[in-house]
Amino acid sequence: MKVKIVLNGKTREDEINSDQLLIDYVRSHGCYSVKRGCETSNCGLCTVFLDGKPILSCSLLTARADGHRVETLEGLQKEAEEFGAFVADQGAEQCGFCNPGMIMNAIALFRENPDPSEEEIKEYLAGNLCRCSGYEGQLRAIKQFLEYRRRGGESCE
Amino acid sequence: MRVVSQPVRKKDAMALVTGKPVFMDDLAPKDCLIVKVLRSPHANANILSVKTDVALKVPGIEVIYTWEDVPQERFTMAGQTYPEPSPQDRLILDRHVRYVGDPVAIVAGENEACVDRALRLIKVEYEVLPAILDFHQAMDNPILVHPEDNWVVLCPVGADNQRNLCASDESHNGDVDAVLKDCDVVVEGTYHTKANQQAMMETFRTACYMDAYGRLNIFSSTQIVFHVRRILAKALGIPKSKIRVMKPRIGGGFGAKQTVVAEVFPAFVTWKTGKPSKMIFTREESQVASSPRHEMEVTVKVGAMKDGRIRAMDVYTLSNTGAYGEHGPTTVGLSGHKSIPLYGSLEAHRFAYDVVYTNVMSAGAYRGYGATQGIFAVESAVNELADRLGMDPVELREKNMVREGQVMPAYYGEQTNSCALDRCLERAASMIGWKDKHPCRDMGNGKVRSVGIAMAMQGSGIAAVDVGSATIKLNEDGSYTLLIAAADMGTGCDTILAQMAAECMECSVEDIAVLGADTDSSPYDSGSYASSTTYVTGKAVERACAQLKERILEVAGEMLETSAEKLVFAGDRVETLDQSASVSLAEVGFKSMVGNNHALQVTESNSSPLSPPPFMAGAVEIELDKETGHVEILDYAAVVDCGTVVNPNLARVQTEGGLAQGIGMTLYEDIQYDDKGRLRNNSFMQYKVPTRLDTGRMRVEFESSYEESGPFGAKSIGEIVINTPAPALAHAIFNATGLWFKELPITSEKIAMGILERSKNAEKTPF
Ligand code: FES
Ligand code: FES
Repeated sequence: MKVKIVLNGKTREDEINSDQLLIDYVRSHGCYSVKRGCETSNCGLCTVFLDGKPILSCSLLTARADGHRVETLEGLQKEAEEFGAFVADQGAEQCGFCNPGMIMNAIALFRENPDPSEEEIKEYLAGNLCRCSGYEGQLRAIKQFLEYRRRGGESCE
Repeated sequence: MRVVSQPVRKKDAMALVTGKPVFMDDLAPKDCLIVKVLRSPHANANILSVKTDVALKVPGIEVIYTWEDVPQERFTMAGQTYPEPSPQDRLILDRHVRYVGDPVAIVAGENEACVDRALRLIKVEYEVLPAILDFHQAMDNPILVHPEDNWVVLCPVGADNQRNLCASDESHNGDVDAVLKDCDVVVEGTYHTKANQQAMMETFRTACYMDAYGRLNIFSSTQIVFHVRRILAKALGIPKSKIRVMKPRIGGGFGAKQTVVAEVFPAFVTWKTGKPSKMIFTREESQVASSPRHEMEVTVKVGAMKDGRIRAMDVYTLSNTGAYGEHGPTTVGLSGHKSIPLYGSLEAHRFAYDVVYTNVMSAGAYRGYGATQGIFAVESAVNELADRLGMDPVELREKNMVREGQVMPAYYGEQTNSCALDRCLERAASMIGWKDKHPCRDMGNGKVRSVGIAMAMQGSGIAAVDVGSATIKLNEDGSYTLLIAAADMGTGCDTILAQMAAECMECSVEDIAVLGADTDSSPYDSGSYASSTTYVTGKAVERACAQLKERILEVAGEMLETSAEKLVFAGDRVETLDQSASVSLAEVGFKSMVGNNHALQVTESNSSPLSPPPFMAGAVEIELDKETGHVEILDYAAVVDCGTVVNPNLARVQTEGGLAQGIGMTLYEDIQYDDKGRLRNNSFMQYKVPTRLDTGRMRVEFESSYEESGPFGAKSIGEIVINTPAPALAHAIFNATGLWFKELPITSEKIAMGILERSKNAEKTPF
């Protein structure tokens, strides 16, 4: 079947198999930041934006994205770098395999709720598993990033 | 120090956080055959026939292999130094399948869809055999997991395939029975831990292709490139010289990727067909057919006097290696050798073990490697002893714990040359507020707050076995390239080793490019496991740098027309002692490329006769709901002595990550087989890896000792950090409920049932 998808700002028309999952579609277009960690919608590694809202690309048929906007971390490099630097400064990226999904969801959180509490942060990101970091470093990074933004983007050092 | 001990950002950090394509499946050739295997539905069976004719007709299928197509010499998939202690008990495909998930056929085709279809169309006839699913029944059972004649073991580990024994041994110091008899109090307990999955987010995966020289190139997510080369050469029956192994960034390992889990299948396909291929394990395959922790049952007897003097410890471990013996003979050793020595007061100890084959998935290496299981048992028994003696568990430990300078008879007679365990314990207790909070407080709303504590140790590499190497070369712009075969699996060792090189060469971390690991270009290294990289490979980096400096002085001497002894290395330049003349490092680098006879490249290796243990203490505060059994972690205080902390950020996150895994193992991660030997916990739905709502607050501090034999005084940190949660949480749960849980995981259901049962029993026997 044919689909038309705006992937990271570029309109693409593709002939796809009707059973193709969105994760395989985006990876076939070079969006390698999108990772697969499970088959049961439990890990959050495959998070992308569909019309600006985070979804699990492993659980959505490409066909369902027809006529919609899809964004991956490849299309959000500036935001990824800005927030990612705080993760890096904690050493919280460890293996990094879970990071793109977590960072996508964190970006979504920051857009939705610019001033989340610790509980809200944890709840929002609960579906993003990380086996390396124990989550505390990610939390420190998020808090410091929020603090940095509160100060209008100046370093909080 | 300028660079060592600084919280330097990981060299690959920004690539990782911005999602750059740096992992195996991002970089693998795009035209790979997709490789999958058909897996046995039976726990023990002989294959009578495999019909592949229909499956082969599926469009896009390249090839299907069965047991008749593979070499018949047995090998082990364990990534260990040769000769491996693990028995040589594997074939790529075997006619005898020994667990549900054992490979029966390899299928390679153009895409996943056709391979999946072909897998469904293969017809296998099995002779189903009775299986051993309970590891207590394994030893001397008439059902043999490995009845075959070509089973071999290369080391004297006490293995005997006619008894289902993968290893067996006993060691002791003093007369433990006599001392125990003489003790006022003896506490005995049997502690059961499960075959937990490492559950790294990136599943097992390998891509293979032939290069221009007709050599098989293996591009794999592995911790052990050199062992992979050796193991594949044996498995495929081809010369090692025909194989090259490389690793990209690794999406987590934790020991899982210290076993050759995925590599053999695509390697065989590419070697046979000449075509590129790749195999990516599904999460389900990673759960049911991989290399998890060894299930163990550890029985501890600990004897003490009324005054709290711990005099004797007797440990027996029964370990379940599953269908194959990967890491079976070695993991078990740590259950005693890295738990008993925590107590320096012992007059006698004994440690014995049996490792048995059963018809479940083979075990492997998982962070902690047996020490985790042993420490859960020993530390729980000591906590129970404190309760029986009516003593504070912190005080009891202060009286008995190992101290710097002591010889540890249960740790191969090594001496603790660096040990800050006493400071770790004191600090962890004060961080958690032990004095005020021990043992518990009833919150009056059905909830109890309580605390628990435990100590731990590990090693730093395998003494006199592990080899770490580093090659460092000067480039023409005055920068360096560091070549290693230690594997950064997210741990940050590329950065940590670069920090050490930068410290030695008096430059910045940015001036050191790190490349690894590749069997063709990296110097030999055993690989990253056994907490070896910082300690063992780090020392090689130090040595290589010292040598390179001398070479640089030689070249500079020629340039300045003086002798090397009259020169000093000053980081960005070399100058004469009187500072009257100098050449920049870039000039030296450039000179090395014009009319030069001294290679400005040095390789050094290091193997240590010692494996100095890191130590730590962990204290936890929980809130337990007596109604539901739910345990909430309020605070986890961890204090680690890893020697010099090379990178505080990375060491802290290693600790937090290890604690989270330990918490998962203790409270959530269950392994349950049905009566047919099928693993129920075959997805992240059924196997609960903790989320950020489950792990609670963690606070990590360091109490450093200085290890003379380590680089800049460093020991190790990678593994020890997983060892305290199980005993500390079990202790806190006891303090909240009065119940000792000796089997993991301690789920809320078990706690609630335990509380219920006890109140029922109390009703039956009033007063
Ligand atoms: S891949 Fe795990 S949730 Fe999508
Ligand atoms: S950093 Fe490895 S899984 Fe999160």
